[in-house]
Amino acid sequence: MDDFSYQKPSTLGDAVEAFSAADDGVYLAGGQTILPVMKLGLAAPEEVIDLNGIEELQAITASDSVISIGAMATHATVAASEDVKQPLPALASLAGIIGDPQVRNRGTIGGSIANNDPAADYPAALLALGATITTDKRQIAADDFFLEIFETALEDGEIITKVDFPVPDAAAYMKFANPASRFALVGVFVARTGNSVRVAVTGAGPCVFRVGDMEAALEKDFSAAALDGITVPTDDLNADIHASAEYRGHLIGVLAKRAVEVAKENGDGQ
Amino acid sequence: MPKINLTVNNQSVTKEVEGRTLLVELIREGLGLTGTHIGCDTSQCGACVVHVNGQPVKSCTMLAVQADGADVLTVEGVSPDGGLSPLQQALHEHHGLQCGFCTPGMVMTATALLNDNPYPTEAEVRHGLEGNLCRCTGYQNIVEAIMAAAKEIRG
Repeated sequence: MDDFSYQKPSTLGDAVEAFSAADDGVYLAGGQTILPVMKLGLAAPEEVIDLNGIEELQAITASDSVISIGAMATHATVAASEDVKQPLPALASLAGIIGDPQVRNRGTIGGSIANNDPAADYPAALLALGATITTDKRQIAADDFFLEIFETALEDGEIITKVDFPVPDAAAYMKFANPASRFALVGVFVARTGNSVRVAVTGAGPCVFRVGDMEAALEKDFSAAALDGITVPTDDLNADIHASAEYRGHLIGVLAKRAVEVAKENGDGQ
Repeated sequence: MPKINLTVNNQSVTKEVEGRTLLVELIREGLGLTGTHIGCDTSQCGACVVHVNGQPVKSCTMLAVQADGADVLTVEGVSPDGGLSPLQQALHEHHGLQCGFCTPGMVMTATALLNDNPYPTEAEVRHGLEGNLCRCTGYQNIVEAIMAAAKEIRG
């Protein structure tokens, strides 16, 4: 990897300033994607600005209706947090099956969603739960955040500070993990709040997406059987050596049903 | 070049490193602690696992400069003087290794696992080993060794 200058600011303001002063800067969160990318020579920033020194980005807080997770909270921290586990076990268990234990000790929620890998787990949770992403500049709804493969609504130099998750009545995440990488071959997050249901799918397409037909069916009848016969068009789904588009499409239906069953058992937030 | 201070296996270390120096490079080349291995160099195989502030991490996917001020433990630091830790002894007795290349990472991952969870189930051990690849054993004897070590440590 090419050498770079390294800075570790202790405030958000200093980090933003360092980025704007840099010719070709990059923020470093957990480093579980950007460091491998730099080692491959696919990125060669001149300045690396490490966000690990900024205390305010680490906090996790919870009220009855909202769980707020600081952007630099690691997956392991979220998985073990009582503030997350009690009200929203589906989110804690999602964090506990990202990658592997060592990756979970470094990787962060902010880094994951800023990267928007099409097979990452967190984007499904944010989209299904209707989360709000806060940055140093503004608030962005999850519906407006994930744009396309590896693309988000973030502007150059913008830093995610936290993610707010409304607590649903019931939720669950089901993932069919790639056996080698542990990324989601397909992952489906189902969340019900009152009569509103959201179904978000990761891994299957170029970017996380919602399945409107499933949501409408589940709003009438929140049961696995309500999903019988609903299929997702496979034209835009991913196909690679791991699985065909048809196989991924099939998995969406299977995992959505399982997620509904687990959500009913979980009864998150009730 | 940034100058960093850290503790490695309870010894204080001061080193100048480049920004791009990986933690595993500092450990192996800078400090000569070659028990920590580089396998895939892509954060998949787990041969390079060390503890940073008590948590297992892949040292090929962390910058050395990020360990400034940290407490690092490598496989050289887990054994008592002249002996083996209960986990290392169990790996020996249960034939938990063949070529041995993955073993340092296995030892570090399993040591952290048993610190966190002294009463693991076999399923928890297997889930805990997801970040460590072994191409010899099929994991069976590694899992048996960790279960035996857990029992031994609990006494």
